[in-house]
Amino acid sequence: MDFFDRFAIPNPSPVIYASMVAIGLTVLAIIAGLTHFKKWGYLWREWLTTVDHKRIGVMYLISALLMLFRGGVDAVMLRAQLATPDAKLLDAQHYNEIFSTHGVVMILFMAMPFIIALFNFVVPLQIGARDVAFPRLNALSFWLFFMGAMLFNISFVLGGSPDAGWTSYFPLAGNQFSESVGTNYYMIAIQIAGIGTLMTGVNFMTTILKMRAPGMKLMKMPMFTWSALVANLIIVFAFPVLTVALAMGTMDRLFGTHFFSTDAGGLDMLWANLFWVWGHPEVYILILPAFGIYSEIISTFAKRNLYGYKSMVWSMVVIAGYSFLVWAHHFFTMGQGALTNSIFSITTMAIAVPTGVKIFNWLFTLWRGKIQMTVPMLYSILFIPLFTIGGVTGVMLAMSAADYQYHNTMFLVAHFHNVIIPGVVFAMLAGLTYYWPKMFGFMLNEKIGKWTAWLLSIGFVLAFFPMYITGLDGQARRMYTYSASTGFGPWNMAAFIGALIMAVGFALIVYNIYYSVRYASRDIGSDPWDARTLEWATHTPVPEYNFAITPQIDSIEPFWDAKKNGQELFKGKFEKIHMPNSSGMPFIMGCIFFAWGFSFVFSIWIPLIITTIGIFVCLALRSFEVDHGHYITVDEIEETETKLRGAN
Amino acid sequence: MKELFPAKQVMGFVFSLILTIVALLVYYTDMSFTAGMTVLLITAFIQAGLQLIVFMHAGETKDKGAIYTNIYYGVFMALITILGTLLCMIWGYV
Repeated sequence: MDFFDRFAIPNPSPVIYASMVAIGLTVLAIIAGLTHFKKWGYLWREWLTTVDHKRIGVMYLISALLMLFRGGVDAVMLRAQLATPDAKLLDAQHYNEIFSTHGVVMILFMAMPFIIALFNFVVPLQIGARDVAFPRLNALSFWLFFMGAMLFNISFVLGGSPDAGWTSYFPLAGNQFSESVGTNYYMIAIQIAGIGTLMTGVNFMTTILKMRAPGMKLMKMPMFTWSALVANLIIVFAFPVLTVALAMGTMDRLFGTHFFSTDAGGLDMLWANLFWVWGHPEVYILILPAFGIYSEIISTFAKRNLYGYKSMVWSMVVIAGYSFLVWAHHFFTMGQGALTNSIFSITTMAIAVPTGVKIFNWLFTLWRGKIQMTVPMLYSILFIPLFTIGGVTGVMLAMSAADYQYHNTMFLVAHFHNVIIPGVVFAMLAGLTYYWPKMFGFMLNEKIGKWTAWLLSIGFVLAFFPMYITGLDGQARRMYTYSASTGFGPWNMAAFIGALIMAVGFALIVYNIYYSVRYASRDIGSDPWDARTLEWATHTPVPEYNFAITPQIDSIEPFWDAKKNGQELFKGKFEKIHMPNSSGMPFIMGCIFFAWGFSFVFSIWIPLIITTIGIFVCLALRSFEVDHGHYITVDEIEETETKLRGAN
Repeated sequence: MKELFPAKQVMGFVFSLILTIVALLVYYTDMSFTAGMTVLLITAFIQAGLQLIVFMHAGETKDKGAIYTNIYYGVFMALITILGTLLCMIWGYV
């Protein structure tokens, strides 16, 4: 039985045992449901083996929503523990595990898949392509992300969760201070998901550079596609650093190397350095696509073309460059001298300039527009002031001398939630609402949607603004409790109430989906928002081949000009369309990677060797496989087009 | 026959062998650490450039611009990362 001891939870509690039972029951329920409704074949043929960018996008979306709720439950537990002084709800160890997983889950397994979901669904449609450049690689990206996320999520019932923070700084994350396998999960699960993300970066850069419809020059691309191009460029240059840092961290923990140890020539601070060389560009990977979404939405619902297209593009390119020049502002207090800190202070503050340009461009787009206050627009309008407050506190934090006061306090926590929630999360919810009709053929309920947006905004302000105050008063982040004499109690109670209001907001999203599935009209046409870009020019539901005839582009807003000026987008007649074949290989490879990661986490060497060989066998099989894809005949296209036109 | 003979590739191959031999000299002769590292860095970068241009055809298609832009951007980012890391970890403590 010694072998099985390693799977035991180091710090068990009734909640975790209840979770184990709940996970087991859920898995059983899913298996029973699939068998009862005879859906295994459907699942395999239509989803697990698909290489269609739209389906992969939907799978990313579902994963992101699931992870949003997992991370959200973590957040409510953290706030509940801090709501009153000297609370006993969680002990220090559980608190550590929960804030660590909250951070990782929200950034890497919620925000990242959410933006990649929108890349997948929207970008090929916006540029008039039939799919991404490498459809099978795209499926593999998804399955690696998914298996990485699942591996990370089982940590709390098998072996223990990581507890060294989402930044996992050494030496705390080393074997000496983090004895459980938790940090192994961190190193290996993020590695697997990170490889998937890196492949997404390569895939979408190639897609956007090579597969645009004829006539769509770089400076005629829709703003979301531009933001996707820039974000994927950052992915390609930033993620290799994370890959290397995680590999070195894994070797330190499992093979006794000394990259990040405090003795034998190691340099523990190098981990913090490498982590943020990746980590800072990472936040721009998240925020730039969010900016792209807002640009689309604001221009659509202000009924105006986007103000300052060129300056929007250039500000994103400049932000992409700056994003690699600022990382040391995450550790101003580490001890490097005034010169180093000054350099990184100035580069950090400089980022406010291109970001400010974007904010003003949105305001000028709104100025004298015929504003329609739909749910996506409401999120965008709420975003502008809330995000600006987050940006301004960011400039405060950028001053290295002042940072000695803010560092590692709740002030910082308030700041980054203030940019990520109104910035990224609102953008994703706005994008979700905006693209929902294109994805599923009906709209989400506007009234419930507006309630959600207001509850999330009010809850957000109540939850995070008190942290600015307690942070300045000295409440440290990551401390599981505090005494009543500090006076933090009432502020933290307010924050807890805010968190509960946000939880109600998120629950309303689920209710909205349920309500709209049941009651929403299916008769909405293919362009329910009266939008401007190419993704609305095709049918709803989008056929497998996206566009029966490749569109000809000669403006920034081709679909709008086609509607208003009668320019012809689709010239010529149907021709047979070449499409990629579905493949089970990405899913199988993902499963092997899961087993590989699991063996690695628990240092079970023989399965690790076997799965490593399995991965290389998959690669070799792919190299020797002959797969020319398939053609959709003209007859089939005509049949589909007639049917879809009839439905509209 | 002359146009069929891949002269550029053969020359490239010979040159890359020479670079390898020069790099190996660092191991087989008794150089100072600085001299050895200098030789290794220079030969490594020439070797990488040779592979990209001669054998991976970086400049031979109409994507030349995009490919070189990416390479230059990558080199720039690598330099920034290395110099910035040295600044934070070693030089910044005076």
